Amino acid sequence: MSASYGRIIKDGLWENNGVLCMLLGMCPTMAMTGTATNGLGMGLATAAVMAASNLMVAMFRNYVTHEVRIPVYILIVAANVTFVDLVMNAWMHELYKVLGLFIPLIVSNCLPLARLEAFAAKEPVLPSFLDGLFMGIGFTLALTAIGAVREMIGQGTLFADAALLLGNWAHFMELRVMPADWGILVLILPPGGFLIAGLMVVAKRLIDLASGKEIKMAGAHSV
Amino acid sequence: MSQAIRPTWVHATILGTFCAGFGIALALTDDITKAPIKDRALEDKMNSLGQVIPKSIHDNNPVNDAIKLPSPNAGGHGAPAETVVYRAMKGGEVTGVAFEMDASGGYGGPVKLMIGVAPDGKLLGVRVISHKETPGLGDKIDAAKTDWITRFTGLSLGNPPVDKWKVKKDGGQFDQFSGATITPRAVVGGIRHGLEFFAANSSRMMEKK
Repeated sequence: MSASYGRIIKDGLWENNGVLCMLLGMCPTMAMTGTATNGLGMGLATAAVMAASNLMVAMFRNYVTHEVRIPVYILIVAANVTFVDLVMNAWMHELYKVLGLFIPLIVSNCLPLARLEAFAAKEPVLPSFLDGLFMGIGFTLALTAIGAVREMIGQGTLFADAALLLGNWAHFMELRVMPADWGILVLILPPGGFLIAGLMVVAKRLIDLASGKEIKMAGAHSV
Repeated sequence: MSQAIRPTWVHATILGTFCAGFGIALALTDDITKAPIKDRALEDKMNSLGQVIPKSIHDNNPVNDAIKLPSPNAGGHGAPAETVVYRAMKGGEVTGVAFEMDASGGYGGPVKLMIGVAPDGKLLGVRVISHKETPGLGDKIDAAKTDWITRFTGLSLGNPPVDKWKVKKDGGQFDQFSGATITPRAVVGGIRHGLEFFAANSSRMMEKK
């Protein structure tokens, strides 16, 4: 029973979105969405780890017994995070200086673990890799969107410091949408994360309702 | 996946094999990346030194003419026992020194500063080397984000007077950021401690080669 690729992509990006539907990975969602740039950086690093972990678990899925699968999955996620951390520090140092702060946090994100358990443990290598990748991209989109709203209302900018993350070409993305002294501080602080993430979940459900879809509380275990 | 009950040693062997395999892979990665990471850390140090000691005032490599002094206890817990003082020299005369200082009391632990001081006690420059402050709030101390940290250049212990070496909220003369007082307070305190460290040790730091 292999899920179709189109289904995997649609699920990851929208229908079963890790943040907006499954409500997983809330720790980085709250901590790293003060600006759109931070959300984007955290999302991209997570997507890389998710794709690699899903791939590895799918490769080893027939050799891991049911009883010890959780420690093995955690081991795989933690090892991947450490690989990414070391390699980026050594050879992508400029990027590491910006993202380095976020990378160890990925271990504490339950979204990668959920996808290993719900998908990669049962499916072949290629669909598993795609599932990890697109769940990760969906995560990135959600974090960037939440970050963009918090940043615009909280400090009046959009994609501030994007050039630090993406390189000098990204200066055009750095916008100031409100006057410099504008800002509702609470949105930058942790409560703002809960508020905006909650409103985004509502918005997603309203859109789904309007397009005639049935709202179901999707769990981590639905494929 | 079959649910047949297997003896414990099967699970133990599987888990052990994965641990050993990933352990070896991680050890190899660490081994390969160790040297480049060390190089990057040294480059970062040279860069931050370059920002607090202008190139024009020295003809030596300050890293080679460094001396070690007992650290001031201002850094609090976990502060290293010795502070390395990098000395810029021109024609054998010390023209400036730079050292790292942990500013305690930050929102996310100590803020590491690189402080450059001229022989007359004026600040040549200050940069934040590493910190764990809130992105978007406390991280405005970073020279890459705002120029707040550059306003310290040229100041000294007497200018402003010691009791004005505080953020405005505490009756001093330095601006905090909107929404963030704790971080600037820590940084201002750290710079003051750095200048006091310089004042207490300046004769050692100014020794000729």
